Amino acid sequence: MGALRESWQNIVDLWSLIVGLKVTGKYFCYRHRTVHYPRKTVDNINTFRGPLELVPKSKDPTKPKCIVCMMCATNCPCGAITLVKKKAPKPTPEELKAEEEAKARGEKVKKKKAPKEPARFIQDFSLCSLCGICVENCPVGSIRFSNDVYFAVTRREDLALDLLARLRERAGEMEKTLSVEQEA
Amino acid sequence: MTRQAAAEQVAGDFYTRHFVEPGPREDTLILNMGPQHPSTHGVLRIVLELDGEYILRAEPVIGYLHRMHEKMAEVKTCLQYMPNMGRVDYLHPLAWNWAFVGAVERLGEIEVPERAEYIRVITVELNRITSHLVWWGAYILDLGAFTPIMYAFDDREYLLDLLQIPTGSRLTYSFFRPGGVSTDLTEDFLKGVLEFIPYFRSRLPMYKDLVTDNIILRKRIEEVGVIPLEVCRRYGATGPVLRGSGQPYDVRRAEPYSVYDRFDFEIPTDEKLDAMGRYRVRVAEMEQSMRIIEQAIEGLPEGPHIVKGAPKPKWKAPKGEAYFAVEGARGKIGVHLVSSGKANPYRLKLRSPTFSNMSLFAEIARGTLLPDAVAILGSLDLVIPEIDR
Repeated sequence: MGALRESWQNIVDLWSLIVGLKVTGKYFCYRHRTVHYPRKTVDNINTFRGPLELVPKSKDPTKPKCIVCMMCATNCPCGAITLVKKKAPKPTPEELKAEEEAKARGEKVKKKKAPKEPARFIQDFSLCSLCGICVENCPVGSIRFSNDVYFAVTRREDLALDLLARLRERAGEMEKTLSVEQEA
Repeated sequence: MTRQAAAEQVAGDFYTRHFVEPGPREDTLILNMGPQHPSTHGVLRIVLELDGEYILRAEPVIGYLHRMHEKMAEVKTCLQYMPNMGRVDYLHPLAWNWAFVGAVERLGEIEVPERAEYIRVITVELNRITSHLVWWGAYILDLGAFTPIMYAFDDREYLLDLLQIPTGSRLTYSFFRPGGVSTDLTEDFLKGVLEFIPYFRSRLPMYKDLVTDNIILRKRIEEVGVIPLEVCRRYGATGPVLRGSGQPYDVRRAEPYSVYDRFDFEIPTDEKLDAMGRYRVRVAEMEQSMRIIEQAIEGLPEGPHIVKGAPKPKWKAPKGEAYFAVEGARGKIGVHLVSSGKANPYRLKLRSPTFSNMSLFAEIARGTLLPDAVAILGSLDLVIPEIDR
């Protein structure tokens, strides 16, 4: 009786393997689930957090909305953002003369203020941890995450991204496509 | 201690039979089970003393992935610390997000909108399923079967695509904020989750046919690595390890946080105490997570996803301390936050469940076969970055 039960148990055990093989066989006949990357790409990347990008002014697509309040640079946990404000423009010789004359007369001289525009906006992507604190705390909504999934470089220095240059590049590309469309 | 004495103590390693406590025998084999290279991911080194193929002693050596997460909190503000919480446990980062955010909210008495609580429940439970799927695939891979991890990753990819919609990332999420969550859920996301649940329910019988009922797996892990409840209690093990030993302890039920008291779900336990028991508990937990998600989506209220006047990056926590515990995929995650009234926390203590779960390995592995030790180690579901923090 014991031997009979044992052999029956062996058959049951073997059956469990056949059931498993059936599953693998079934899925062997299915279409593959992966995407062959260079030939095909995925489309669900709208919210993917890639490197930062600047949001252009609605009137001038080459200039960012940024007012250089430094909220992003000072609050970044990793210190990944380097932001430098533009300096005040140098006065022309005529203006200097007028200033001196005004001083001689004893009037108060108003110096030209620096424009609220960034001179350099660099994101070191090797330091960024993509938390989104800069994006959430920007008072004018000047930065957002790009959804550049395929961003890759071969040297570490290339990870320091000049966001202003990238913005101008994008603006140039936009103009090109617009002119092409107009011609068409 | 003189310099020479110190050098003698560290000189030599397992090759020179340098244990903290020397054993009674000299004819044993020392085996180093662990990393090929110290900077690979997930490195846990275990020094084994073997008699033939039987383990006389196992000494886990940890610390290769120590990244000073607790110390880093002292030089950052509460909000700036959020990216760290996504990197403590890379398989269930949202639970760590929640534990830290919960401690900050408890300390600052910040109110969380109801919608945010529901969003947290939905995303954390989805993340729990992905975590268990990785464990499921990797554990079977440890035991020598390659195919199942492909099925697990297929389903996990679907979930990662979904979680990418609100969080923006696929692995190290930094999604929660004190007072809510960073982005609201979209219709796409909810639709995707509602499609996923019946799909995944239909996949579970396939998992059962392919792996759970498979006689090779059952002979391999049944009655292996029996952890008595008393051992779990002694080492402070939690999560599926404790529930696999028959104790229905779950932070979501024992000290309900957020809105978990509104959901109807079971706490799976197993009386067999072995590796197969822990396996069954985890698979059952995936089903329970789906039940919670269904109820949460049904009851998802309208409203803001983050409270008005949520802490800014330079927000100063009031003086005092707070502790908040959540149930992660591996057990009880606790965050103890002490503030001296400044923007940076004075001290932060992270209680990681895997550290306690791993500690009992040395005792359980004694006297087992070497291949069984691998099966036991896998069944504990260790995430090494979480042990070292």
